[in-house]
Order: sequence, then structure tokens, then C-alpha cells
Amino acid sequence: MRILKLSKKDEKKLYDVLIEFGEVWAPVSKGSKYVYGKIEKKEDLIIYEKCILPIIPVKKFLMPQDFTMLNFTPSKYSIPEEDIPTTVVVGVPACAIHAVNILDKFYTTDYVDNYYMKRREKLIIVGKSGLPEENCFCHKTNTSIVEEGYDLFLFDLGDYYLVWVGSEKGDDIVRKGSDIFSEEVPKDVSKKFVEFRRKKSNCFTNDVDLEGVTDLMELNYNAPFWDEFGEKCLSCGQCTMVCPTCTCFNVIDDLALSAETGGRRRYWDSCMFKDYSLVAGHHNFRESKAERLKLWYTHKLKAFIGHFGSPSCVGCGRCIETCPVNINIVTVVEKLKS
Amino acid sequence: MKYEYKKEPELYTPIMMRIISKRDLTPDVRFFQAVPREEYKHLDFNYKPGQFMMLSLFGTGEAPFSISSSPTRKGIFEFAIRKTGKITNKIFELKDGDMVGLRGPFGNGFPIEKMLGKDIIIVAGGLGAVPLRSLLLYIMDKRELFGRLIYLYGAKNIDDMLYEPDFTEMLQSDQLELHLTVDKGNEGYEDTIEEGLVTHLFKYVNNIDPKNTIACVCGPPRMYKSVVKEILKYNLEKDKILLNLERRMKCGVGKCGHCIIDYRYTCIVGPVFTYWDVIHMRELI
Repeated sequence: MRILKLSKKDEKKLYDVLIEFGEVWAPVSKGSKYVYGKIEKKEDLIIYEKCILPIIPVKKFLMPQDFTMLNFTPSKYSIPEEDIPTTVVVGVPACAIHAVNILDKFYTTDYVDNYYMKRREKLIIVGKSGLPEENCFCHKTNTSIVEEGYDLFLFDLGDYYLVWVGSEKGDDIVRKGSDIFSEEVPKDVSKKFVEFRRKKSNCFTNDVDLEGVTDLMELNYNAPFWDEFGEKCLSCGQCTMVCPTCTCFNVIDDLALSAETGGRRRYWDSCMFKDYSLVAGHHNFRESKAERLKLWYTHKLKAFIGHFGSPSCVGCGRCIETCPVNINIVTVVEKLKS
Repeated sequence: MKYEYKKEPELYTPIMMRIISKRDLTPDVRFFQAVPREEYKHLDFNYKPGQFMMLSLFGTGEAPFSISSSPTRKGIFEFAIRKTGKITNKIFELKDGDMVGLRGPFGNGFPIEKMLGKDIIIVAGGLGAVPLRSLLLYIMDKRELFGRLIYLYGAKNIDDMLYEPDFTEMLQSDQLELHLTVDKGNEGYEDTIEEGLVTHLFKYVNNIDPKNTIACVCGPPRMYKSVVKEILKYNLEKDKILLNLERRMKCGVGKCGHCIIDYRYTCIVGPVFTYWDVIHMRELI
């Protein structure tokens, strides 16, 4: 793998290189939080020392919250022509790249979802290893280090960034920016790198213990605590909206006022919603909130392993931050272990 | 991105088919025949009994429906649809010549290759007769490839019995052992249709060779437990009992998530499951 150096004094020039490849998006602050926003001028591209976990993760670039799949008349349809811009998203933490790798697997298994792939091919990921936030637990989900799925990946080693080139596209970028990306990596880089990793490891404060949870999910399938969580749960679905690996969607047809033409819309759905498993004749396979909560945690921590070999929780901690009634991976694991 | 993938023909775009005929099977279940429009004639429309398709009415929506026809009778797709909600209400307004969109076939269907040479017991309850008709016609059309064929069908009442004249006709056939029942009220049909739950028909199922028999069941969710209990009395192995199940689906291709049970998507690994799956995967029935 090519490993290069980007001096911090050249940091602001990074934008000029990236903008040659597409729109540049990065975390921008919004109130006390962050969102991925489009960067219009180079001063606005900020690379933070901490891991920044925008409210809605990278999935928003790959599967829009709401889009039109087809336009139709009663007897004909067409696929809308979309001009999807190439998007360079900067400052993506390791856990989020793991999440994208999971989405890639998901959307290419059994059948390939072209709506996803069209966008995936237009996404360039510039990752960045940062210091963990309060809720982060990627050290427990083996997602604090990433080996694939990015185009470039930056490590902050003091007065420079170490730049790992992860793809051909990434290589194009560093060639274009040959005046800021240097082959001359300092000799003491290994020492600095180990120091950085140690510093990062020491910053984790969330020590949720995930050991054995797969089996514990099975053992606690009928445990009464699911009902206790169910009673508290508001079925608001926020946990699924902010989760970087949640993919469920609903499809509905919208009619124009003429009632002749319209569009078939696909939008994010949530397994927390009551009608998620409702079938004809009003039979609901998951009537209670406890059943729906159990489905989500089973899918994240256990079931996904059966399908893809690893859990689909990447340890970002967004569910901890977001749930208004404190149902999250930490409180669930606590119950599983007690 | 690293995953190699093959571009599929558009997954979510239906094939347009024309409704060529329809008739009412019961007061609220209508039978439809559809054929692909001319421009799709070159496509291979093969499918397996037990598979389903996503039926679209543009402006109303899309929902999964079991295919009721058999692949042995090519060119025509048949569905039997109960009027029960927004989409099905609209389907009932369709006239001959109207266009519908269809995607699929999806799902695993019945494992025909494993059923060859075997005795087959089919147990249908209510609308379960719709997908099982596909299997029934398939076996009837390739009768020499299978052993005994036993078909038990229970409906709520005489009016709700699907394909009723066809079944009554089939009672005369020596190709299958057919038994019909209604939960209540068989007045006037005492000679052909029994009264009682479908489980009550198992008294006619005798001399079963458990090593060489496969049972296929489809019906309302509450029917499975009692029917499986009856079948187990013949000592059939758990993976020789096949259940055709139902779930909410929005895509049919393992992406929308709604039909998930554990990590398995009903639209991919189902809708036909074995009884072993049912014991192993909680929440199946």
C-alpha cells in the first residue's frame, strides 16, 4: 500500500485537490452536533482531531432518505434520469467505513441493488482516524481499525497526516495533489504511529462488554427485561435512522393531483414502527414493542453474523446518544449480562 | 469499493402484463389470468410452484402474491386474490385488457427436485389453496414423476371454498386422493364435502411410508400447529414437512427488510420453510 505524508501546513490545499474530483462534503457543526454538509470554500473544510459522528451517517449519500424509483402513468413507467454527482466525503471515521463495507456486502448479496450501486460508484471516501467520543465503543466491535473500503485514510501524527492510499481513485487524488502529498515519510513514523494508537486506545470511556452477547441473545430470548424495555420504547425509530448499518425501506406510490401520473417513492423505514410486519387481514407478526426491539438487537448482534460473518454493530454509539428513553446497546447488554 | 458485482437487469422495474380473464372464486376472492405484453415475450418466464410475484398497480402500490398457475402450463400467470386492503380493492376494479406490473418470480418455491418419486401430502387451509394449486397442477401434469398424491383442503364454509367446481370434479379422479371439508355448514354437499376442521381429514390418510413422503402445508397462521401435529403422527422427519409462509414484503429481493426472521429474508430463503426451520428459527409461525 502507498503511504504518504500530508503536512498540516498544506491542509488547506487539500480542498483544492479534492474539488477536482467532485463535490466535497465533510462534517459541519449544527448546534451542538454535526452533520455532513457540502463544503463550498476551502476555509470551511475542517479536519477535527476527535472522531466526528454526524447525526445521519454516510449512508445518506448511498441511499437517500426519500427518492423516486419510478415515474408512472397507469400503464407505463420510466426510471427517472438522475445526475448523481461524484461526492468526496472527508473525515469519515473507521467505524463508518466498516459500516459502508457492510452496506456494500448487503446490497450486493443475493441481488444487486442498482439504486445503491449507482451512488456507491460515485462516492469517494477520505477517512480519518480520530480520538473517540464519549459513547464510542469501536474498540469492542473490532472496528477501530479499517483495512479496506476507503480511498484515502488520514492519521493525525502531530505536525503531519499519514495518508494511506486505499484505492485507484485514492491514487489518482494523491497524483493530482503531488505538491502536497509527499513520499518522504519521516523516519520515526512507526514510533509516532504507535504513540497515536496508544493515545487513542486510552481515550475510550465506554467499556461495554460485548463478549458472548451473541449467545446471550439466544439465552435471553424470553427474558422479562424485553417487556420492560418495550414498555419504555416510544417506537420513534430514531435508533434505526441514525444507525449506520440500518437499511430498511418502505415503498409507496404517490399520485399527482390529476390522479393519472405519479411516482413510486422509496424511503427509510424502521422495524420499530408498528406496521413493519403487518400483513393482509391485519395479522401482525410483531405486534408488541418488545418483539420489535428484540428483532433489532438480534439482527445487529447475532443474526447478521449468520448472514455475513460479523455483527452489524460498528460501535459508533449513535443509538446511545439518540434514544430518548435510554434503550441502547449499553443498557441492553447490561441486562443480557445480569 | 472492493466487491465485484454483476449488474442485474433493473430489479425494481416490473414487467407489464395484460389481464386476459377473471372470475370470482368466492364473494371476496377473484381469480386473474395475466399474460406478458408482446415486448417481453422473449423473456424466460419459468418459475417454481410456491414462488410469488410482486404485483404493481401504478398509483396504488405493490404487494406480493403467490402464483397459482403451474409452470407446466406456460405463458399464462394466474393469481387468486382476496379483497382485503387498499391494493387488493384496486385489483378488484381491474377489467379485461387492463395492465398490471409484475416483478419476479421470487422466493425459493417448493423443492421439486427433492420431491420427485415421493408420495406427496398437500394440506391447504383457506387461501393456502392458492399457492398449493400451483403445486397440485404441476404434479398432475407430471403425474408419473411422483408417487401417491393426497390433497386435503379445508375452507371456512361452502362459499369460501376456492376452485370449488374444479375440486368436486377432481374427486372422481383416480390420480389423487382428495378430501374436502368446511369448518361449518356442508348442507347440500354432504356427499362430497365434510364438516369440521382440516385436521379432521387426516382420518383418510392411511398407510403412509414416512421415509418416502413429503408433506406441503399452507394456510392461515393459526392452522400450522395443529396440522403439523397430525403429520408428525405419521413419523415424517421434520425436514420432510414443508410450510409455505407469509410475510410483509416491499421488495421481494432481500433489501427492504420487512420479511426478516432472524437473519433470513422470507423472500429469499422462503416462503417455503421446513418444520425443522420453524423449530429452529423462532417467530416463523
